[in-house]
Amino acid sequence: MITIQKYLKAASLEEAWNANQKRPNRVLGGMGWMKMSSGNVSTAIDLSGLGLDQIEETDDAFIIGAMVTLRQFETHEGLEQYFHGAVRESVRHIVGVQFRNCATIGGSVWLRAGFSDPLTLLLALDCTVELYQGGDQTVQVPIAEFCHMKPDNSILTAVHIHKTGRQAAYQSFRNTETDFPVRAVAVSRLDSSYCAAVGARPTRAMAVTAEQVDQLIEKAQALPYGDNLRASAEYRTMLAGVLIRRAAEELERR
Amino acid sequence: MEIKVKLNGKWIVDNIDPDMLLLDFCRAHYCKSVKRGCETSNCGLCTVWLDGKPVLSCNVLAARADGHEVTTLEGLQEEAKEFGMFLAREGGEQCGFCNPGFIMNVLAMKRELDNPTDEEILEYLAGNLCRCSGYASHMRAIHKWLDSKKEAAQREDHIPENREKMLAHRLSKRTQKHW
Amino acid sequence: MYAEDLAPENCLVIKLLRSPHAHAMIRSIDTSKAKLVPGVECVLTYKDVPQHRFTQAGQTYLEASPYDRYILDRHLRFVGDEVAIVAADTEKAANKALKLIKVEYDILPAILDYRESLDNEILIHPEEDWTESDWSHGDNKRNSVYHEDIHVGDVDAIFAECDEVLEESYHTIEDQQAMMEPFTANCWMDTFGRLVIQSATQIPFHVRRNMATALGIPKSKIRVIKPRIGGGFGAKQTAVVERFPAVVTWLTGKPSKIYYTREETMIAGSARHEMRVQVKLGAMKDGTIRAIEMHVLSNTGAYGEHGPTTIGLAGHKSIPLYGGKYEAFRFVADTVYSNHPSAGAYRGYGAPQGIFALENTVNLMAARLGIDPTKIREMNMLHEGDLMTAYNNETANACALDQCMARCKEMMDWDNKFPAKVLPNGHIRSVGVAMAMQGSCINYIDEANVTIKMNDDGFYSLLVGSTDMGTGSDTILAQMAADVLECDVDDIVAYGVDTDVSPYDSGSYASSTTYLTGNAVVKAAEQLRLNITEQAAKILECQKDEVEFDGKVLTCVRTGASMTLKDLANQLQGGSDGWLSVTAGGNSPVSPPPYMVGMAEIDLDPETGKVVPIKYTTCVDCGTVVNPNLARVQTEGGLMQGLGMALYEGQSYTDEGVNRMRNFLQYKIPTRMDIPEIEVDFRESYEPTGPFGAKSIGEIVINTPSPAIAHAIFNATGVMHHELPITAEKVWRGIQQKKQEEVQA
Repeated sequence: MITIQKYLKAASLEEAWNANQKRPNRVLGGMGWMKMSSGNVSTAIDLSGLGLDQIEETDDAFIIGAMVTLRQFETHEGLEQYFHGAVRESVRHIVGVQFRNCATIGGSVWLRAGFSDPLTLLLALDCTVELYQGGDQTVQVPIAEFCHMKPDNSILTAVHIHKTGRQAAYQSFRNTETDFPVRAVAVSRLDSSYCAAVGARPTRAMAVTAEQVDQLIEKAQALPYGDNLRASAEYRTMLAGVLIRRAAEELERR
Repeated sequence: MEIKVKLNGKWIVDNIDPDMLLLDFCRAHYCKSVKRGCETSNCGLCTVWLDGKPVLSCNVLAARADGHEVTTLEGLQEEAKEFGMFLAREGGEQCGFCNPGFIMNVLAMKRELDNPTDEEILEYLAGNLCRCSGYASHMRAIHKWLDSKKEAAQREDHIPENREKMLAHRLSKRTQKHW
Repeated sequence: MYAEDLAPENCLVIKLLRSPHAHAMIRSIDTSKAKLVPGVECVLTYKDVPQHRFTQAGQTYLEASPYDRYILDRHLRFVGDEVAIVAADTEKAANKALKLIKVEYDILPAILDYRESLDNEILIHPEEDWTESDWSHGDNKRNSVYHEDIHVGDVDAIFAECDEVLEESYHTIEDQQAMMEPFTANCWMDTFGRLVIQSATQIPFHVRRNMATALGIPKSKIRVIKPRIGGGFGAKQTAVVERFPAVVTWLTGKPSKIYYTREETMIAGSARHEMRVQVKLGAMKDGTIRAIEMHVLSNTGAYGEHGPTTIGLAGHKSIPLYGGKYEAFRFVADTVYSNHPSAGAYRGYGAPQGIFALENTVNLMAARLGIDPTKIREMNMLHEGDLMTAYNNETANACALDQCMARCKEMMDWDNKFPAKVLPNGHIRSVGVAMAMQGSCINYIDEANVTIKMNDDGFYSLLVGSTDMGTGSDTILAQMAADVLECDVDDIVAYGVDTDVSPYDSGSYASSTTYLTGNAVVKAAEQLRLNITEQAAKILECQKDEVEFDGKVLTCVRTGASMTLKDLANQLQGGSDGWLSVTAGGNSPVSPPPYMVGMAEIDLDPETGKVVPIKYTTCVDCGTVVNPNLARVQTEGGLMQGLGMALYEGQSYTDEGVNRMRNFLQYKIPTRMDIPEIEVDFRESYEPTGPFGAKSIGEIVINTPSPAIAHAIFNATGVMHHELPITAEKVWRGIQQKKQEEVQA
């Protein structure tokens, strides 16, 4: 279990950012993953007092605060209606309600973990990640780019899902219902173009685009996959094809 | 660091280590119903309510609960006992070690979901592992308990002023839904 | 309240340093820095603790498992084996001290594949003070813990006459009991200088013996208390953790406790024995099964706990299922050491491994012969009155296996569903079947005693030595006593186990509690009833056989004089013959098997290999059903564990012997979303030696899911899987391979 010397409940983003510039200090998310690491944190930075726990729906976007829990994400009516259940589908298998009441969108996205269901979905949507970089400066980074960035000292404040009309369907394959996915797939479509984000490779999710579903599958299956305890690369490659096809069919049916 | 937590209705001030888990905080304050079954947030045994929402107390720093309200089974004795009777009648109580966390989540479900389907019940409670029962007896107990609640509510519904009270209660629940 | 909730306030917290190597010898160990951490009470290594070989297995004396452990040993035999014990005021201090212990290891070559263990030049237990179990034929210089070779009739001669002979080999791996409460115990010294061990255990009396042996102290110096336990399933039939607080408290005089993490529970617990089971089955074209041969190799891991005893069940509790017809059987068994963690007892205790193998082979035979697999069983199964030559030559006094089969078929609608249907979405719905048996106690060996005393006002105390591990056995025992004494269950106070107070019981295992302890309860209650009427007769001034007792009132049928039990009880408090208290018990010359039939219906996605159990029907013959709700829940719970074992549960090791399934993130047990609709029914036989005709139920219920699911997958895909768990990927590979073979053909 991680040890923590000092606890800072930040009163402002600036205070949080300043504290986060020192290396042994860390921003707290939902704690699910961090508590299992064995490091020493000198100051744990708590963002829960900064009002980042809201989902704001505007005409152009859903702005999801970093401290929004997976459960809020799952049960938000606007997201449910706009994405026809894909958001709910992407998180409902994650451990249980009590866990999803703890885990945060900010923590999930920041971690950029291979097993992440929500990250896989977000990668197939038109998303940007809002990063606070001190001095009241924020930048918006496209999520695909964010996935490849090394964790730095900025503070993730929100994820913006832009309302471009893009539709998505989510499919995952699990050995048991609440396990990590063996394979997670989000397929989205805007006009005549498809995007498939493939998670649990088992490393970090990657996205491919194509005009036709067949091409989409071909491209997705050409991505590098690996073995882990849950399945082999070969099995994952097969699953990518099956799940992308099923997700695309689901989009067709709508 | 000093924190102030409303534990089962009583404000408690305590000096804690910043890395103390809410689970250990509860147990240190004699809420022994809060059990530890894993270290990986998988078992649901340590479920408590934080401001009315079910959370894994192994997943929450006690420091995060500063200024907030924490409820354990010890704070819901009557309701817990009522549902516990339904569980015991079905033989579903078994070793009992998962029961406190499970009951906390069942009671939270009752507050959050109206007339849940079986699928919704299973999904809501999926984070509560049990190794003894095979879960079927849990479901039988939940069905019977919810039915008894419904009957009681219907009886009360016939009295006009009560109906108003219930309506107000339901409305307040609806606003609570989007935490 | 469980053990950890009852631990002494402010007691020492114990943490353990574990071996990073599968096989090593400690070259040097330096604890000086660790001892300097503020709050650390002691850091113990093999140099500091008593060195007496003992076993942690909780089994009835004579000793059934070898003495092959020290409290701490220089010789480390698996990844996770204990190197040092730290006891400190706080967990933090203990963890800090752990990191400061400096150890140099001489790494030894390891045996990670148990099939290479027998007569390997690498010896896991080369020590001279290794002591063989009292009733096995092991040899530590061969890595052998047990050997058995038994037969009735000449199998080879019969096989030569058979129309069809199948030879198949199966592999089951270690799986975890995964009870919700991890291993835990705490200790303190009482005012008389005796060591008190409060432990989550199924075997309090054996803990006393094991710890006395390990510490080299008289048993009279130890008291073991068993509070409520959060599940056991056999895991806590091994004293996995007791030695740590016991030695700390014994050496320091201070109270101490240990509460295993889930990871420790999984990497250093007492999982199911991995087994290779080879089956040879001979049958005639009409389906008559004539001979069964079974060779089993069992992996006991680093230590021999339950190694000599689990293996026998693979044969002795599977082969008799076909006792109706077969003419010859042979059973050969070897248990060997390896550098895996020590295995132990897990519900079923060897029977699930053997039944998986035999039932799969019978299903293959049925397919080969073109006979419905339920029919081949109906033709060959054991019937009441049959002699079970593979089961101590006991006679099946009570057996409703045939009725169970008929009922289970009805529940599943077998005739319509067998073997499989393709759904419009391309998925396949298929069904599978298996039978099972178990025992009820270990005959001639297990011993159960209970004390029932009447208290003032006429309520009763029931003191049992058997441990309710969360099965509701205390309820069942109280119910039996209430039945005999014609009182309300609430008038009986059952008291959990305290070795200072409770009468001796060998413990809760081997499906013995309802049957054996139940018999003791009936015996004691009946005697107490007699004593009550005898006392009443004196007061009512009549003969004892003239007194009628309805549970509340005692009436002399001749004079009509009567008195209440309450009055009697209160009068006995003073100036009378004294308190009424009866202790009774004993063992049993037989171990009557319960029987069952299980059927699985699955939905199989041929594109991905995903298997979703849709429905499981089962019909059990456990003799008289004492408590229908509890019997049903036992069945549902056992089936769930069996389904996990069939589809996804099991250990996995790296090439270095590290257990990769070390927590609930990796080792997945079924959640409520993974469970099919389960239908349970009973067909009662009457076991003449059992309490009210009852037999056992606790263990048998885990035995059918693995073969029934494997059979359903076979019926969907044409591939019989020989290894557990049958994961989706394995099913998919099976389908691919089958396709390839078909193309080639």
